[in-house]
Amino acid sequence: MSKRWLIAMVTALSLILAACANDAEGGDTTTTAANETTTTADGGETTTTADEGGMETPYEHLNAAYAGEYEGATVNVAAQWVDAEEENILSVLTPFEEATGITINYEGISDYETVLTVRVEGNDAPDIAQTAQPGKMVQFAEEGHLVALDDWFNMAQLEADYIASFRDLASYDGQTYGVFFKGDLKSIVWYPVQGFADAGYAIPETWDDLVALSDQIAADTGTNPWCISIEHGDASGWVATDWLEDILLRTAPAETYDAWVNHEIPFNDAEVLEAADYMAEIWFADDYVYGGSTAINATFVGDTQTPMFDEAGPQCWFHKQAAWIPGFWPEGTEAGVDSSFFYFPPIEAEFGNPVLGSGDMWMMFNDRPEVRALMEYLATPEAAQPWIERGGFVSPNQSVPLDWYGSYPNDVLAEILSNADTFRFDASDTMPATVGQGTFWSGMIDWVSADGGNTEDVFQSIEDSWPAS
Amino acid sequence: MEKTPQRREQVAPRFLKGLGWGFLGTAALGLLWVGIAVLLDADSIPGLVAGLYDLIGLEGQAEAIRARGLQENFSRIIIAAFAIIVGVGGVWILFTALNKFVDVLPYRTRKHIRPWMFVAPALGVLGVYLIYPTIQTIRLSFTEDGGFADNYSFVFTDPAMQVAIRNNALWLVIGTTGSVVIGLLFAVLADRVRREAFAKTFVFMPLAISMVGASVIWRFVYAWRPEGQPQIGLQNAIYTSLGNEPVAWLQVPPGNTFFLIVIMIWLQTGFAMVILSAALKGVPSEIIEAGRIDGASEPQLFFRVVLPSIRGAMITVATTIFIAILKVFDIVFVMTGGRFETEVIANRMFNEMFRFRNFGRASALAVVLMIVVIPIMVVNIRNLKRQGVGQ
Repeated sequence: MSKRWLIAMVTALSLILAACANDAEGGDTTTTAANETTTTADGGETTTTADEGGMETPYEHLNAAYAGEYEGATVNVAAQWVDAEEENILSVLTPFEEATGITINYEGISDYETVLTVRVEGNDAPDIAQTAQPGKMVQFAEEGHLVALDDWFNMAQLEADYIASFRDLASYDGQTYGVFFKGDLKSIVWYPVQGFADAGYAIPETWDDLVALSDQIAADTGTNPWCISIEHGDASGWVATDWLEDILLRTAPAETYDAWVNHEIPFNDAEVLEAADYMAEIWFADDYVYGGSTAINATFVGDTQTPMFDEAGPQCWFHKQAAWIPGFWPEGTEAGVDSSFFYFPPIEAEFGNPVLGSGDMWMMFNDRPEVRALMEYLATPEAAQPWIERGGFVSPNQSVPLDWYGSYPNDVLAEILSNADTFRFDASDTMPATVGQGTFWSGMIDWVSADGGNTEDVFQSIEDSWPAS
Repeated sequence: MEKTPQRREQVAPRFLKGLGWGFLGTAALGLLWVGIAVLLDADSIPGLVAGLYDLIGLEGQAEAIRARGLQENFSRIIIAAFAIIVGVGGVWILFTALNKFVDVLPYRTRKHIRPWMFVAPALGVLGVYLIYPTIQTIRLSFTEDGGFADNYSFVFTDPAMQVAIRNNALWLVIGTTGSVVIGLLFAVLADRVRREAFAKTFVFMPLAISMVGASVIWRFVYAWRPEGQPQIGLQNAIYTSLGNEPVAWLQVPPGNTFFLIVIMIWLQTGFAMVILSAALKGVPSEIIEAGRIDGASEPQLFFRVVLPSIRGAMITVATTIFIAILKVFDIVFVMTGGRFETEVIANRMFNEMFRFRNFGRASALAVVLMIVVIPIMVVNIRNLKRQGVGQ
């Protein structure tokens, strides 16, 4: 018995050794190649050396990667982009793989923010992960999960590429932990191009115009002027928070908005309740919203605009949503042709043209040279280029040449952004999660359920839920 | 106590042998420990292979592996082989050694120690994965967030939590009774049809569907479309064909909680039916016969004779379903996410833990759930013991 066991052990060991020997022979050539590049990098210090085939960038590890130094290495990347959007992010990652020989395992996850937290908690974090919530980054940084960029990243380049507000949002306690990659403007309203042309409607330039046109549409056509819905699985409610924030930026100074986000004024401050009243003017007006409040709560966010493309003509005429929404339109519809957008108009002239936006940043959980190289790549304008060309993408990187946005709708988005007097981030992404992704969302749902009849109770209960510390 | 000289002579070598096995057992434990440590460390496999190369004198190749690692698949194969050797071999050596070690002990101690030797690893694993987390959860509920008072007062006084507790009570009462009563009904009725197995299959089948799968199915049943649009949901299709306006079933409390409970009943009825059906068949025909001869009516027979006879099975079924329902999470998470006043404790616990990251509150919720489950467990275990299962 014991003899047989011994034989088995010996056999297994010898098999392993044989396998190792094969591998080592195969890998021999690459090993020497790697040694050579190491010496050149040593001699050349930072950015000067890049062998034949390598590209010159302001980034140390990226140059090394382009020189083939990390060939064969693997980097795991996770993000919320799935389905149609997965192709977009792959168009960004593939050129890097091809130029460097580094393999990227991309994982697109639905219910992303929840899954990411679970995996980070379980010490199973990807090497690089995207987040749309700066607050999440701060939490991960606080808990020591993230790798700070300051010591090895070309910080001067970062400063040149990104405006202060983006850099501040990616920092915690004086250290930079993230690189912004994608910006979204939320302050736009989609409308049916043909329907507007047929009826001779003009693009509204003020809030009063917008409401007047809504009334006119309801009277003219007997349809509901607005498409609104907020059902989005465990993230239901965020569309409503965007609305409230966008309106607040138009009815109060940006300082009030900042104070509200940081809870320096109560959540149910008079200014906020005033903004809610403006919102209710559209959301809960009779016959304004397609399907009424029930549809607002029941319809999936991606399907909100579908009735606009009805065969019998638009069943709703306005849809306030960011520029990614065409990806969810029915088959055969085209952005700019079937539906286009205008800037969500200002309410009080003194606050100018504010823009509410959001952004996605990359965070780094594991510190390896090839991961650093990818992180650097993602900060370059070249990384953004493929997605810009595919559309639906605005880069927060200032060094991205504006003529890259040659085509619709990015040219219009870029114009709106350049006309913006104020740019603010989505408040619910910045508030503590208990509020920003908890009671604020659920409060908006309750508000809609009650047809807006419980405004004060809802805002008071959100205020009460704000964490004490 | 009289021993032959022959046996006495063996005592010394036996002791040595025991020492040897004891040593081997400890070594096996150590090996398991090292093995687990190696598997946990991503860099250790290349290191191990490099070490082997060093050992056989191929220093150059060992260096190469240290510098650039192994191919990923190769690394995985080694990990798998290593896990099998260390895991299976280690456990085998451990048990053999422990067993042999017990062999050399005096007969009386041997008898008492041997069972423990075999149970010990399982107890250890139970301790690490069950007892330790439980203690840790209780500790977190006392120390994290606002501390004990804050966390537990949140559980019982927060308005949203009160809704959750009310809903859990509804779930427990309606869900458990519904499953058991309907299950019993099917069991009794199926007992009297010709193709019993065939009939029971239909009731039993939902049990094979996961809660998430079932929820996805029922989402379509309850689906809502604005008036005038084709209703894709079964319930609204029927409802509107009767001339009513479509209703967003999942949005209107308290009906929506009831509609969610229906899903659970649909899932659990099959389980109740199978167990109760088996119990029904175990009721001796003699006592039913005797009842009939004494002139009992069919309802009397059922409530006075059959039902008391299957009391044990009823308790088992009810407590099992009760506990399953107490922990209900998947259905609520998929269907409504706790919106529209359908929140339940387990869903809230998940949200507090993984979305809001309030570990203290989440732990307090877990502790409360655990405390509620304990009496049910006691009833269940007592019932099993009475049936002779626990002996």
